[in-house]
Amino acid sequence: MEGLYAICVGVLTSCGIYLLLRGRTFPVILGLIMLSYAVNLFLFASGRLNSNMATILGESDTFADPLPQALVLTAIVIGFAMTAFMLVLSIRAYSENGNDHVDGKPADERVHDSSIAADKGGQKE
Amino acid sequence: MINHLPILPILIPALTGALLLLPPLQRSMRHQRLLSLAATLLTLFAALALYNSSGEATTHYLLGNWEQPFGIVLVADRLSTLLVLLTAVLSFGVVLYANAGTDEAGSFFHPLFQYQLMGIYGAFLTGDMFNLFVFFEILLLASYGLLAHSGGKARIRASVQYVTLNLIGSALFLVALGLLYGTLGTLNMADMADRVAMMRDDQLVLLEAALLILVVVFGLKTALVPLQFWLVRSYAAATAPVAALFAIMTKIGIYGFYRVHIGTFGHQPELNSGPMQTLFWIMAAVTMVVAIIGVLGSKNLRTLTANLVLISVATLMFTVALGSEAAVSAGLYYLIHSTLVTAALFLLADIIAHKRGPAADNFVPARPMSQRTLISLTFMAVAITVVGMPPMSGFIGKTLILVSAQSGSQQLAAWSFILIGSLASLIGLSRAGTSLLWHTTGSKAPAETTSALPIAALMLFVLSAPVMVVLAGPLTDALAQTAGQLLTSATEVALQ
Repeated sequence: MEGLYAICVGVLTSCGIYLLLRGRTFPVILGLIMLSYAVNLFLFASGRLNSNMATILGESDTFADPLPQALVLTAIVIGFAMTAFMLVLSIRAYSENGNDHVDGKPADERVHDSSIAADKGGQKE
Repeated sequence: MINHLPILPILIPALTGALLLLPPLQRSMRHQRLLSLAATLLTLFAALALYNSSGEATTHYLLGNWEQPFGIVLVADRLSTLLVLLTAVLSFGVVLYANAGTDEAGSFFHPLFQYQLMGIYGAFLTGDMFNLFVFFEILLLASYGLLAHSGGKARIRASVQYVTLNLIGSALFLVALGLLYGTLGTLNMADMADRVAMMRDDQLVLLEAALLILVVVFGLKTALVPLQFWLVRSYAAATAPVAALFAIMTKIGIYGFYRVHIGTFGHQPELNSGPMQTLFWIMAAVTMVVAIIGVLGSKNLRTLTANLVLISVATLMFTVALGSEAAVSAGLYYLIHSTLVTAALFLLADIIAHKRGPAADNFVPARPMSQRTLISLTFMAVAITVVGMPPMSGFIGKTLILVSAQSGSQQLAAWSFILIGSLASLIGLSRAGTSLLWHTTGSKAPAETTSALPIAALMLFVLSAPVMVVLAGPLTDALAQTAGQLLTSATEVALQ
């Protein structure tokens, strides 16, 4: 079980990091979501992996550590709120910038369109 | 009778933030301002009382009355109450400045501001690592809103990058917490410090990995190279009161280093010597170099101030790298000084930008300013304080840090980088002063003057420098005790 679990966490983390390095906001958000899944699983495992154990004392002879489960719950709630905020912010950024790139402009335009961008900025002022 | 003082700095902003969102108050800007100002003032008094009480004994506030180390605990020791007091003073000046009109540029300034304060106070007061994470998230979520406050292309773009980076930072923080809990079986800081001594060697490796991940997390908050890219753009884009409040945000990362790396795990030589110490030195030095380049290349006063924040961060990082009691004590003096003076410089930049019309705070010739004498003198005072020239507080802070470097190699590294950083600040601020105040076109200044409220807020921060010089004796004594408590608490704190 440990091996499978570790592979799951590892694959989720690497997918998350790959997506985080993309230029557009939507893949980046997906990357953040995957990374937070991986982290939640990892946190869960910090209480050791057991099966068939109650988290309440006295219910069974052996018991699982309830604290990591509480931590994961908190982390899930916070991660959910942050993802929602990030989505709203990137929609706002899309309407402000006219594109969905994290840097505010597409990578291939950044070099040869800088003069045009400067012109646009000048006109606005 | 339980002493409820430690919870007040968290409760007051939390309740105020909620009240401000309710319909009767939400409609009226005047009521919002009054309530926000009253709450900030109330928190300031609570922080003062808390600081006074921490001099005698450390208060452990058990939330829900669960015994330590099982429940969540607030620890009001010298360090946490000192930083709570600093934040309270800062927030009072910032809310005064915002009340003059900046808060109207977008909605919900005051609720966001109060929630941000709640997060900062909580982060300083908590004695539990997971709660530190939770309060980090609270202050970050509020700061996302504040940074994007009043909108605009530059702010939104800076926000997207700031939020993304901090979400990655939060994920890493959780990984570190998982490792810490997995090895130590506790997240209570005092309990962690106790249990480190009982670790086996193979567990120490995991623990070291956790501490190194925490270096990344706190380094991101502090804006250390190579995690500093977000700072200059976001601080320069934020509105003046928000940027001034953010002056404390980078210091929260430094607090994290002090509390976790020096306080909780500092007495464990296997963990903190060697690679970690080297890493601190390298990060401090490289951050200083990048900051110097930024200071020399800044094109307007706000960007310059943001780069000066980087210089102060690098200087503080040297005290983390030194890690001794004297260094931490000197670092705390410099931390208070640099927080207040950075806030002053951000507010001053905003006032100057308003007075110069379309040229704003860019280093180009523009029309002369109204109230020129006042602005010039204030700029000079602030500049001298930032650079670290006598008779202002920057001089004492930097000297204390330089003196705390003991061995030859430490002196070589710390002295050269900090002094060259000061020289760069001097050059950058002289250039700013000459181009903003002396190079003018046209003959007449516009008649409109800045109202009393923003000037009062600015003066609060500017005058903190001479006050810190006058009170340097008692202040450094208190800070030496604070540093002493931080470095010994890890081994001494008995779990009541």
